[in-house]
Amino acid sequence: MNAIEVENLTKRFGTFTAVDHINFEVKEGEIFGFLGANGAGKSTAIRMLCALLTSTEGTARVGGYDINKQPLKVRERIGYMSQKFSLYEDITVEENIDFFGKVYGLTDSELAERKQWVLDIANLHGREKSITRTLSGGWKQRLALGCAVLHRPRIVFLDEPTSGVDPVMRRRFWELINEMSAEGVTVIVTTHFLEEAEYCNDIILINAGKIIATGSPKELKDNYIRHPILEVQCSNVIQAMEEVESQPWAIETSVFGTYLHVSVPNEEEGKIKIREMLSASRIDIYNIERITPSLEDVFIFLLEQESKRN
Amino acid sequence: MNALSISNVSKRFGTITAIDNLSLEVNKGEMFALVGPDGVGKTTLIRMLCGIVKPDSGSISVLGFDVTKQSDEVKKRIGYLSQKFSLYGDLTIDENIEFFAEIHGVWDYKARRDELLEFTRLTPFRTRLAEKLSGGMKQKLALACTLIHTPEIIFLDEPTTGVDPVSRRDFWKVLSSLLRTGITIVMTTPYLDEAERCHRVALMNEGKIVILGTPAEVKKEMKGEIIEIVCSNIRAAFAVLKKHELVREIQAFGDRLHVVVEESARDAKMLLHLLHSNSITVSDWRVVKPTLENVFISLMAK
Repeated sequence: MNAIEVENLTKRFGTFTAVDHINFEVKEGEIFGFLGANGAGKSTAIRMLCALLTSTEGTARVGGYDINKQPLKVRERIGYMSQKFSLYEDITVEENIDFFGKVYGLTDSELAERKQWVLDIANLHGREKSITRTLSGGWKQRLALGCAVLHRPRIVFLDEPTSGVDPVMRRRFWELINEMSAEGVTVIVTTHFLEEAEYCNDIILINAGKIIATGSPKELKDNYIRHPILEVQCSNVIQAMEEVESQPWAIETSVFGTYLHVSVPNEEEGKIKIREMLSASRIDIYNIERITPSLEDVFIFLLEQESKRN
Repeated sequence: MNALSISNVSKRFGTITAIDNLSLEVNKGEMFALVGPDGVGKTTLIRMLCGIVKPDSGSISVLGFDVTKQSDEVKKRIGYLSQKFSLYGDLTIDENIEFFAEIHGVWDYKARRDELLEFTRLTPFRTRLAEKLSGGMKQKLALACTLIHTPEIIFLDEPTTGVDPVSRRDFWKVLSSLLRTGITIVMTTPYLDEAERCHRVALMNEGKIVILGTPAEVKKEMKGEIIEIVCSNIRAAFAVLKKHELVREIQAFGDRLHVVVEESARDAKMLLHLLHSNSITVSDWRVVKPTLENVFISLMAK
């Protein structure tokens, strides 16, 4: 059975169409990635699926219920962690957990058990009485996740849960997501860390409110990356990008960390041309090699293509 | 003269020591990154450098001026882009910059504004309301506002958090051309690939700087060699490799694993064979140089 079925879902604000006739399905128990640039309509779509916003057109069924006709049923069955973690900043950790427990109508014994669980996953034992504001990013984030799933929802929406969180904490957070998924919970997640999207079973990429690509990480790479990608290690990578970018043989050029990724029609010819080009500009080349593309390559390729079209 | 000079600075909030006897110097014209786990004091340190939070002990000088005693001199010369920097949604790009110009007492701001809009490539959108801008454009506008009074040093606290990869790349182009004007940039970021593009980086933990140096120097902290493996069933591969005695450490990066071994030429075959015998298909592997993210995870996961 599908956990979510979305049909022509559309949201307009005045003359602006934030979400434009999107269609997709999310299978039960899968980790589903919702990707797109800032302002692409991800958060608006998620708020509609959480029945916090009605659609202008089209609809969706979440956990078997219609988001417009049965919003309360939908809200009972889901957990939602928003970008601005919906915690109360000026009360303690424990008071936040208690508050969400009441909102979700947990019994005292259920709440006691779940509270221990939240303190476990957030590693906040001993800090129950700390004011929430004083917690930093990674801690607050795990408390927010704990509060969002206090009532054991079967479907969980996480909107940029790892934004601003350090690499070690991000990896721990994904362990939690994997554990939830292993227990059969359906997880819908948005992220700007494309290596995290690799952990998703299925992905949709949206731009200007429309879906521009769908598939598993492997399908996306196979379908959209048709040319060899060369990784160039060199000095002054930003200048190198500006030089290479303007060449007709460079299909796509982007900076990854301190490396350059250049998509070229032919591997050997591409290597020669890059060497010629950069040596002429007195940029030192340390290494050029062909690499297996990542989702970030796919994402940048598709969005650049869209922006050229517009 | 240094752009920044911090000596023996400490700051406590109640029983928590946010900054613990920290000393640091930042050169003029340098792009400097502060990285570290969440909650180790990066934001507190930045706020102290801007004179918003006062140190309990120690001294800070910014461009030769004492932050506590000569705060007016300091404020004229610095720009601060905080994590919670807010633009006025119902004002246009032009009006937002004008507003910040007035706050800083810059009356003759028009030429500077034009220059900043060119620089951030926002000129075509100058009459658009800030609330109608995409996340990446908002960040560039915020940066332009921070620069209106032509500061000599700017502090950026996680400027690219929540910004998508394409806009992030665009923001970095702006920063690198900004650097050519001779400005000093001090930034915090959770993206280690960004720290890698800075001249020097300081890794903070528990209110102290634990490592300081150029990215190349910091990466020397990583002992051993890294084999990158792209394979099916990453989680199973992780579990299998983790137990092997040749594997010092293993880090997951989406569809690939970074396996730290003593000598890749000797150990790679053994590990690939191990994966094969566990029915895991390796589609690609190579030896890679460590990145700052490898170093960070290695040091912090302990």
